[in-house]
Amino acid sequence: MSDVRHNYGTAMLEGFEYLLTNYPEVFIIGQGLWSPWYVGNSMTDLDKKFGAHRVIDTPISEAASTGAAVGAALAGMKPIVVHPRMDFMLYAMDAIVNQAAKWSSMVGGQAAPGVTIRGIINRGGEQGAQHSQALHAWFAHVPGLRVVMPATVADARDLLIASVLSGDPVLYIDDRWLYSQEDDLPPIEEFALSEIEPQILRTGGDVTIVASSYSTKLALEAADSLQVQGIEAEVIDLRVLNPFQPRNIVKSVNRTGRLLVVDGGWAPCGMAGEVIASVTERIEPCVLKRSPVRVSLPFASAPTSKLLEQAYYPTAELIVQKAKGLLK
Amino acid sequence: MTNRSLGSLSDSTQLHDPLEVIGQDREALIQQLGMMLRIRQSERFLANGRRDGVIGGPVHLGIGQEAVATGVASALRKTDRVFGGHRSHAHVLSMGGSVYRLFAEVLARETGMSRGMGGSMHLWDQPNGFYGAVPIVAGTVPLAVGAGLASTLQGTHDIGVAYLGDGAMEEGVVHESLNLARMLKVPVLFVVENNLFASHMHNSLRQPSEIMSRFALANDIEHFVVDGNDVVKVSQAAAVMVRRLRSGHGPGFIEAVTFRWFGHVDWREDIDVGVHRSADEVSEWRKRDPVSRLYRGLCKAGWFDEGRMNQLEEKISSEVKQAWESALGDGPPSIEAITGYVYGAHAK
Repeated sequence: MSDVRHNYGTAMLEGFEYLLTNYPEVFIIGQGLWSPWYVGNSMTDLDKKFGAHRVIDTPISEAASTGAAVGAALAGMKPIVVHPRMDFMLYAMDAIVNQAAKWSSMVGGQAAPGVTIRGIINRGGEQGAQHSQALHAWFAHVPGLRVVMPATVADARDLLIASVLSGDPVLYIDDRWLYSQEDDLPPIEEFALSEIEPQILRTGGDVTIVASSYSTKLALEAADSLQVQGIEAEVIDLRVLNPFQPRNIVKSVNRTGRLLVVDGGWAPCGMAGEVIASVTERIEPCVLKRSPVRVSLPFASAPTSKLLEQAYYPTAELIVQKAKGLLK
Repeated sequence: MTNRSLGSLSDSTQLHDPLEVIGQDREALIQQLGMMLRIRQSERFLANGRRDGVIGGPVHLGIGQEAVATGVASALRKTDRVFGGHRSHAHVLSMGGSVYRLFAEVLARETGMSRGMGGSMHLWDQPNGFYGAVPIVAGTVPLAVGAGLASTLQGTHDIGVAYLGDGAMEEGVVHESLNLARMLKVPVLFVVENNLFASHMHNSLRQPSEIMSRFALANDIEHFVVDGNDVVKVSQAAAVMVRRLRSGHGPGFIEAVTFRWFGHVDWREDIDVGVHRSADEVSEWRKRDPVSRLYRGLCKAGWFDEGRMNQLEEKISSEVKQAWESALGDGPPSIEAITGYVYGAHAK
């Protein structure tokens, strides 16, 4: 199980297997769980290994399935709900935002639903506006939810495990564009989700680039190009967007004086804006050598045409260009 | 659809007679009478407290509907998982919840059921099997399905219970929940308190039929339709359903037809704002009083009399009054509570 070559999908699979093996309270419910069509290689044969009663493929009922997972969590289980596309998960907003997020507060902390809701960002391929959204910022806005976006192969596994064991409602958001990422994984260790902070994936003194999920992959690629051009970028991966802990980022910006935030969502009221606001509130104004910059999606719904898609999604080249702008 | 009417069940001029109690357990019925009185008297305190401004938030009162929760709860145990909605004082009290802690909650005291963080609309008493009530209409219905599903995975024979109203039947998630529960064979009991009104609107203005159990039929779920103001009938239906659920036969559905004497929220009768809700109608429904019908039924059988009724009422009155006074004397939650419960106490 350890020190073997994994990709992002099989790393998640290892996380699921670990949880189902070691925690009888864990079960998985959602659509497409018995088919690789929906969840790629991240859940292969889990139903055969652990039984269809613990890996439940459901009717087309996002609201009831998610609500049921919240109720099961209140009854002592550690459920994982799977939404193969985040867009369809919007049917379950009541269960997530009104019920799960608020339960602990509403009942004075006497009960909390420890439910993990996996929302997959599944975009590109000319699928268009309703098959492409990255709505992490919505959930980062809500107190009571934890929002997790693994960017690395190790985090795909380790943050999944930490989410399910956290005891709180967690949005675990993965991006199918990351599934081919490969890495060697150490043996599994359980981490406390509340202690997970943004992680510095690459150090550099010229500019701080903050990103999450697939944007982190782009940021790392951009940092490679920047290095060739003599610019040292520090890349920080957010990992946990809610509750957001900006400490590491503030430290970095205090050194570099330049902040670029890359986000796979839209800019208005988004995560990139939150990062910039949280950092600027915590530093002296004189620290910043240039105004912070964000790279995000154009403020428009995703197009279908391949040509338009290429123009719509941010690229490593765009990040390089923006970073160089900060150093002018 | 051939039949759109509940017949005598929704006809306010019918079913005013004393209950038929012969063949029933006398002591159990007297207990149920006491429970219904306790619920009613508690709600009267809440109505007055709201009217007088002692209670700051909305209270959704269910006076007139006491037989539903009382009958259903008689078939439940404290390891079951009961969920309610905005009108759930009766649901929590019928499971054995403390009147004092309910009052403290509605009065926003730290000693309340939800530590003063919930008020009337967010009640929690899990140690007594009451997992929670919240005011998003139908919000807890899928939660009850999940709690029932959990019970199966945990290998217990406990059941989930979802209380909902006829208005909630108009929410999409209820239909998803019925289908999901049926397909996964979840031990969950859907109890629809059909009081003919959703907020101010009569059933006839909202749905093509007043029969809620048509949705159980559509989802192949076993169901009963009962007079919700007849605690004997409700108890019998609940007993049969709960036995079925505990032995793994999948979900059940009880439609209990009833009527609330007060308006949608607070102490008024809403005869001025309600659509299809006249003073005459309310006064006819008061003649189908579940408490009086049981009391008269017990007297008719020679099992009870006015003297004993007075004694019982007095005992409960003093108990409820004392609970109210104790709750009034308690303090509010601390300011730190605002942020103290956002993430779970046992969070890792």
